[in-house]
Amino acid sequence: MKKKLTFAAALLAASVISGMANAKQLVYCSEAAPAGFDPSPWSGGNDFDASSRTIYSRLVEFDHGKTTISPGLAESWTVSDDGLEYTFKLRPGVKFQTTDYFTATRDLNADDVIFSFERQWKKENPWYSYLEGTGWEYFTGMGFPDLLKEIVKVDDLTVKFVLNKPEVAFLPDLGMDFASIVSKEYADQLDKAGTRQQFTQKPIGTGPFQFVDYQVDAVVRYAAWDGYYGGRQKIDDLIFAITTDPAVRAQKLKAGECDIMSYPAPADIAGLQADTNLKVDEQEGLNIGYLAYNTTMPPFDKVEVRKALNMAVNKKAIIDAVYQGAGQPATNPIPPTMWSYNKDIKDDPYDPEAAKKMLADAGVKDLSMKIWAMPVSRPYNPNAQRVAEMIQADYAAVGVKAEIVSYEWTEYRERGKQKDRDGAFQLGWTGDNGDPDNFLFLLGCDAIGQSNYAIWCNKEFEDLLKKGKATTDVAERTKIYEEAQVVFKREAPWLTIAHSKVFMPMNKKVSGFVMDPLGIHRFDGVDVTE
Amino acid sequence: MLRYLLHKLALIVPTVFGISLAAFAFVRLLPGDPILALAGERGVSPERYAQLVEQFGYNRPYVIQYLEYIGRVLTGDFGISIATKRPVLGEFQALFPATLELATIALIIAVLLGIPAGIFAAIKRGSWFDQATMGVALTGYSMPIFWWGLLLIIFFSGYLGWTPVSGRIGLQYFFKPTTGFMLIDSLISGKSGAFRSAASHLVLPAIVLATIPLAVIARQTRSAMLEVLGEDYVRTARAKGLAPRRVVGLHAFRNALIPVVTTIGLQVGTLMAGAILTETIFSWPGIGKWMIDAIGKRDYVVVQSGLLIIALIVMAVNLIVDVLYAVINPRIRVQ
Repeated sequence: MKKKLTFAAALLAASVISGMANAKQLVYCSEAAPAGFDPSPWSGGNDFDASSRTIYSRLVEFDHGKTTISPGLAESWTVSDDGLEYTFKLRPGVKFQTTDYFTATRDLNADDVIFSFERQWKKENPWYSYLEGTGWEYFTGMGFPDLLKEIVKVDDLTVKFVLNKPEVAFLPDLGMDFASIVSKEYADQLDKAGTRQQFTQKPIGTGPFQFVDYQVDAVVRYAAWDGYYGGRQKIDDLIFAITTDPAVRAQKLKAGECDIMSYPAPADIAGLQADTNLKVDEQEGLNIGYLAYNTTMPPFDKVEVRKALNMAVNKKAIIDAVYQGAGQPATNPIPPTMWSYNKDIKDDPYDPEAAKKMLADAGVKDLSMKIWAMPVSRPYNPNAQRVAEMIQADYAAVGVKAEIVSYEWTEYRERGKQKDRDGAFQLGWTGDNGDPDNFLFLLGCDAIGQSNYAIWCNKEFEDLLKKGKATTDVAERTKIYEEAQVVFKREAPWLTIAHSKVFMPMNKKVSGFVMDPLGIHRFDGVDVTE
Repeated sequence: MLRYLLHKLALIVPTVFGISLAAFAFVRLLPGDPILALAGERGVSPERYAQLVEQFGYNRPYVIQYLEYIGRVLTGDFGISIATKRPVLGEFQALFPATLELATIALIIAVLLGIPAGIFAAIKRGSWFDQATMGVALTGYSMPIFWWGLLLIIFFSGYLGWTPVSGRIGLQYFFKPTTGFMLIDSLISGKSGAFRSAASHLVLPAIVLATIPLAVIARQTRSAMLEVLGEDYVRTARAKGLAPRRVVGLHAFRNALIPVVTTIGLQVGTLMAGAILTETIFSWPGIGKWMIDAIGKRDYVVVQSGLLIIALIVMAVNLIVDVLYAVINPRIRVQ
């Protein structure tokens, strides 16, 4: 009998070990360490990749690779005619992850939903300030404190959001990372134990992967969550190997130390494409790189001058040299992949002779100005210094003398906002919810001193922006935004430089990875073949 | 001895205050602040900015902020990181062993290779070996760490496939850290291949970090040896017919060692500075990378407390060395 038991134990151990050996593992070389695993206090893409997109789910979810939404934790919803009440029916039987530090006694219900929002909203909620100095910037930045009137529990599986004013983007907003649903039961348990900090260090969600371990600044480990409502993942282990340098990430991918990597340097892409073990997916980025004139300072307060300077720049040469072909010249402030993009608008032609004449006609002689170059590489502009040099040469050809200035990154943005800023300022934007308003708001009058670096406040544009926000019908909104783009192009507060492509290099054994237009990295649905 | 110790300790107090004040002031002299650094391209509205400044208490007089800070430090509370909301001391404890391990191995490499290279270069002064060694040392000394690290990765990891590209251990090895030193933890874990993996991950970063100290030590050893070899007593020793090995090893080297040891001590600073870049290239999760990230994010608390903790450790080490000197050489106590 004893022998039999020993044999059975050995068999069991062997099967566990062989199971471990066969575990499917995906290693992702990520670009930065996550600040924490609570999806709501932080706003970095790397924070979201490591928390909200792996561990958590939301009421509605963005479709894989798209900016449209589908039911998530809410299986259906209704909107009142005045657009002020959204009633969500929650999916029954959704399980929170079971780990060595938490076992849920109940399924997801309306209390979890209400808690997830109220902790970011109501100052009297004890969880509002559980992390020292947390401002819940995303929740605030999206205007939720003013938008929400109340959140009501209708029954265990029905929850109603009452708004102060109609908001067309409310549903996509609920698909954003800060709107991830957390466990109230887990929060209560930590409250009792007096260990609230653990909420962000040992997370619990309802998403496709559960948290296993984090070695600070080095490795994050996840395991597939067996109880995921969307079905268990094909991979067993998901590992984030934090590797900050893009050239090193590329080497790790080539050496097989990771299976997939984020943000390759433009210079490495050709080499990665040439590697027979790898494939490089690419996608039009939901972004814009631009040069903002200070429209309040002469001579840039004149439309003709801004137009003339736009016509002096050879964008194609910039795309070829700096973006290395991985981008396209931008005409409008929103990218062509976004709905309401106005394709009838023609870009200002590259015509130095005409530009020279327009400047002379506008009475501008011997203009000298500054071109601002960002000190960092961004997806929408990989090398602002080089772009500035090329624009400087183009300007010289039309008789404009330009000096290139640059400052440390935080300082750069602060100086750029100053009302008396001299010259034209390079920056860009990557969309975060796929709505055109999420791009056009950058040029709103309210955004002056914040994200409106052209210091441009145009009544016609502003009225359209407001009208667009208050309209629910998509066809009607499309028309409004198309018109706003006409005003933008006519007034030229920016030189629209480029929409860049985004690349995702990976090993050929990786399948099912879908690039996301919002720049997040999702690993649900991904598989690896051994 | 007790008086000597008290004297040394008394000197530490003003130094600690000076460093804490300098760290507190320098990080605030940087343009921008944590709120703006976190806002990114989105920006933050002036009203919200004012609210956050109020919430963080940055609008209060610097003197008050400093006194509050130092008051907390005296009770052992180094604060909470603005970016990650984790206790600074906890983050430091998690990351410091990685830096210490890397720096120790780098220093061992630098000493074991640098001293013999310097001695042989001095003995064979003017030979091809001397010229080659000193040429290589000069190159090593001038090598930009970032470029050098990438070059080694591309050649040894990418082209030859001999070493891993980055990290501290293969991802298949997963165990909770006991000491934080991966070489030791991998042995304790009992997993076969773990130690080998940890060691292979150390090779390239340690070489990169050792390069500059190695060059400095080699050059210093050579010049110290040359000076000593020209002394009268060495000539006398040679004239007495002592074996050349004995002359060099016993008479010359021991005396040349004094400036060399001082130089080695000074390399600790170089190692800490070099660790910042080395850790960034090799994704080595240590305090160098941690501090750089914190400066970029204007994480005042991490920068000021991190610098203070590092300074405290350096001072503690110096104190121990001073005490050891005094134990070894009683004359120092009197001085």
